[in-house]
Amino acid sequence: MLPMRKLSLIQMKEKRKGKIVEVSGGARLQNKFMSMGIYPGREIIKLSHFALRGPVAIKVGRSVLALGHGMASKITLEVE
Amino acid sequence: MIKKIFLIGNPNVGKSVVFSRLTGVQVISSNYPGTTVEITKGYLEIAQERIEVVDLPGTYSLEPSSKVEEIVSLMLKEYPKDEFVVIDVIDSTNLERNLFLALQLIEEGFAVIACLNMCDDTKHRGIDIDTEKLEGLLGIPVVSTCAITGVGIKLLIERIKEAKLTTKDSFTHEKRWLEIGKIIEQVQHLTHRHHTFREMLEDASVRPISGMFMALGVIFISFKIVRFLGELLINKVADPVFFDLYQPLLEKLSSTLGSGGFLHHLLVGELINGKIDFKQSMGLLTTAPYIEFAMVLPYIISFYLVLSILEDIGFLPRLAMLLDNLFHRLGLHGFAIIPMLLGFGCNVPGILSTRVLESKRERFIASTLISIGVPCVPLQAMIFGLLGHYGGFYVAGVYLVLFALWLILGIILNRVSKGYSPEFLLEIPPYRIPSFLNLFQKLMLRIKGFLIEAVPVVLLGVLLVNILLFFKLFDSLNSLLAPIVQGLFGLPKEAVVALTVGFFRKDVAVGMLMPLLLSAKQLFIASVLLAISFPCVATFVVLFKELGFKDLIKATLIMVITGLIVGTILNLTIIH
Repeated sequence: MLPMRKLSLIQMKEKRKGKIVEVSGGARLQNKFMSMGIYPGREIIKLSHFALRGPVAIKVGRSVLALGHGMASKITLEVE
Repeated sequence: MIKKIFLIGNPNVGKSVVFSRLTGVQVISSNYPGTTVEITKGYLEIAQERIEVVDLPGTYSLEPSSKVEEIVSLMLKEYPKDEFVVIDVIDSTNLERNLFLALQLIEEGFAVIACLNMCDDTKHRGIDIDTEKLEGLLGIPVVSTCAITGVGIKLLIERIKEAKLTTKDSFTHEKRWLEIGKIIEQVQHLTHRHHTFREMLEDASVRPISGMFMALGVIFISFKIVRFLGELLINKVADPVFFDLYQPLLEKLSSTLGSGGFLHHLLVGELINGKIDFKQSMGLLTTAPYIEFAMVLPYIISFYLVLSILEDIGFLPRLAMLLDNLFHRLGLHGFAIIPMLLGFGCNVPGILSTRVLESKRERFIASTLISIGVPCVPLQAMIFGLLGHYGGFYVAGVYLVLFALWLILGIILNRVSKGYSPEFLLEIPPYRIPSFLNLFQKLMLRIKGFLIEAVPVVLLGVLLVNILLFFKLFDSLNSLLAPIVQGLFGLPKEAVVALTVGFFRKDVAVGMLMPLLLSAKQLFIASVLLAISFPCVATFVVLFKELGFKDLIKATLIMVITGLIVGTILNLTIIH
C-alpha cells in the first residue's frame, strides 16, 4: 500500500479521491461547509480545476459542488 | 391549532413546484439553487380550514450564511412552534445531504413532515429508498412525491395533520453526519449502472476546456434562436395584425377626428404623408401599442422561452463556474452571471436576484453593473429595430461599448468599494429535461408580468409626453439641456424629449427617436446613452428598495457621469 500524503484540495490532482482531514477558515465558512457535507472524515472526488486561481469542482456524496479557489485552499485531504 | 405551513428545504429541490401544487399559486421555478429570493404566500384548504402556506428560499442549514438564509431562520422563530407545520422538501436523488437540514428541523422540535420530491428521477439513477423505514427512523411522516407531475401531492396534504411536535436531543454537527450515515445505510439502496450519456455531458461541462466549448455553443445557438423566433413573430404575426387589421380601423378614426386637433394629437398622433405611421405617429393608439406589442413583445416571448429552457436544463450554474474567474476581477463571483442574465430580460428581476450574493458590496456592484451595462429586452428589441437597418455593425457596436463599460466599471468598483467579496460555494445540479408544463407556465408568468408592468407605464408616458408636446412645454427643457445634448453628444435638441422619456420606459424612449430621422451615428450614441445614463422608473424603485437611499444616489451618480463621458467620447471619436 502506498503511503498516505496530505495535500490541499488545490494541490490534489483531478479525478482523484481523497479523505478530508482538516477544514480551516472562519466559523461561518466551516458551518456552511459542514451543512453541505464537507467535513473531516468525508471522502470526496476532485472533478476539475480551473486555471488562474479559478474554481474547483468536487463530488461529495451525490452532489457536485463548485468552490472558489480560496475556499478550496482551506481544505486538506489525505490522498493515497 | 395549525395556522401556517412552511415549505423549507435545500436549494433547488423543487420547493416552489410543491408550493404551486399545494396552493395553485404560480411561481417561477428553475433548475439552479437560489431561484426563490422572496417569500411567497398562498392558501391551502384542509377540512374547510384555510391555512397559509409560505414558500421559503432554499437553505442548507438552520444556521444562516447568507441574507436569504437569514430570512428562513427568522421566519421560523417568529411564531410559536405549535402554530405551524414544516414541510421539509427533500431531493430524493440526494437524500444524504438533504437529511442534514431534516435532522436539524426535527432536533429543533418543529412539527415536521418530509416530502421526498423528484421521486421519478431516482429510478434511472439507480436509487431505491425505503420510505417506510425512513419514516420509522426519523419519527416523522415521510411522503414520496413528484411535484412536477403531481404524484403524491394528495397524500402529502392528507398526512400534514400527522406531523407532531417532536422532542429529540440536539446533535453536534459531526454526530449528525454520523447519524445520517447510519440512516442512509438502512434506507437507501444503490444499483450500479453504467455512465449515461447525460452524466458524461454533466462531467464534461464542469471541466475548463470542454465546458468552455459547450458554453460557447449553447450561447451562440440561444442567441440565434432568440433572434430567429423574435423576427418570425414580428413578421408573421405582429406586423400582419397591425397593418392589415388594425390600421384600417385607425384610419377611419383619424378621419372621424378630422385629421387634426388635440384629441387626434393624443390618440393618433401626427400623420406622416397623410397616413398613419406606426413607427412615427406617436399616438396613444398608434405608436404606443405598436412598440409594445409588435416590436418588444415578440422578443420578450423568444428571450424568455430560451432563458427558461436554459434555466430548467441546469446550464446556468455551469456557466457560473466557467465565468467565476472573470467575475472575480469585478469583485463578484461566478454566480453573479445569473442576476446579469435575468437583467437582460428586465433589470428589475435581475437586481432582485442579486439577493443571493452574500455581501452588501457585491449587491451594490452587481446592481450598478446591471443598470448600466445590461440592456433589457425592450431596449434591445428597439435597438435592433432601429439600428438594424444600418447593418449589424452598429448593433454589435452598442453591445461592445456596453460590455467594455461593464468590464471597466466593474474593475473600478472592485478597487474603490470598501470590504471584500466572498467566494462562491455553489451546488451544480444535474442536467434535467425541462418539463413542458413548467416551461409554459413560467413563460406565461413572465409575459403577464411584462404586460402588467409595461403597458400602463407606456400609455401613461406617451399620454404625458403628448400633452407636454402639444402645449410646447418641452421647449424650455430642450433649450436648457441643448448645450449638453447638442454640444457634447451631437444630437438634435429634440432628442432631449426622448432621453427624458427614458426615465419611464427605455423602449418608448427609443421610439421617440424614430420621428427625428437621426443619422446612424446619432442613433448609435442615443441608444448607448439610453442604456447607461439612467435607470427606468421601475428599476429606480427596485434599486431604492434593495440598496437604500444612499447607494441609490451613488449608483445614479455613477450612471449620469458615465453617460456624460461616454456620450462625449463617442461623439468625438466616431467619424460617420
